[in-house]
Amino acid sequence: MSSLQNYLLLSSLLFSIGLAGALTRRNAILVLIGIELMLNAANLNFIAFWRFGPSPSKLTGIMFAIFSISVAAAEAAVGLGIILAAYRHSRTTDLDQMNSLKG
Amino acid sequence: MTVTFLILAILTVAGTAAAMGLRNAVHCVLALTVGFAGVAALYLQLDAQFVGFTQIMVYVGAVAILAVFAIMMTHSPTAVRLPAYSSQWVWGGIVAAAVFLVLAWAICSSSASTQALPPQPYIDVQQIGDALMHRYVLPLEIMGLLLTAALIGAVVIAMDRKEETK
Repeated sequence: MSSLQNYLLLSSLLFSIGLAGALTRRNAILVLIGIELMLNAANLNFIAFWRFGPSPSKLTGIMFAIFSISVAAAEAAVGLGIILAAYRHSRTTDLDQMNSLKG
Repeated sequence: MTVTFLILAILTVAGTAAAMGLRNAVHCVLALTVGFAGVAALYLQLDAQFVGFTQIMVYVGAVAILAVFAIMMTHSPTAVRLPAYSSQWVWGGIVAAAVFLVLAWAICSSSASTQALPPQPYIDVQQIGDALMHRYVLPLEIMGLLLTAALIGAVVIAMDRKEETK
């Protein structure tokens, strides 16, 4: 059976993988990629709920997913710009070494 | 249908897990493109063709390439090889596993998630364009503004200001 439950379980697994990456990696770029994975899991949920919902011809889930993908693209561009600026400032992308605000 | 879903799910999870687990950052991004392509194939399987191809163009074509460029520009060959995981990685893994367990418990105990597949809807690009130009025109305009602002902001943030400050 390929029901809604399978898609929801898969997307929660994707979310957890992204969360684990964002929480455990030291490279700032890979942390950003983990956040992108979490957004992807949310998009998969939008599409799955749209497809299994009562009226798939209304396009609501597709619109949500398209706008969410656009926001994720903008977020990736700005995030990588911030990482480049931080690299220029501190000569590293290692999050354990970017600790100048640490008390 | 089940076999396709299983194959795509294994491909997606393997790609994303490799993307978050490998040591070399470039290998991580290459594995990530496999994961993104798997998610795009899942969209195609769910009859959302437009979103599937958008996913391939935006994520595989733009975000992954952007990440490769960022890795290339921040790579210093003289740096000592540091461990790939932070010192608190055990706690991060525990939190992620706990989140997955809670989500899986909620999904499995919900009655809505055992719903059967409704008949396949007929969605073509013209309908999506009509919806974007009529019902969703305000979000579309806001999205255009957001993308412009993000583009300019990313360039301004990443710009090298050494010549100006001299």
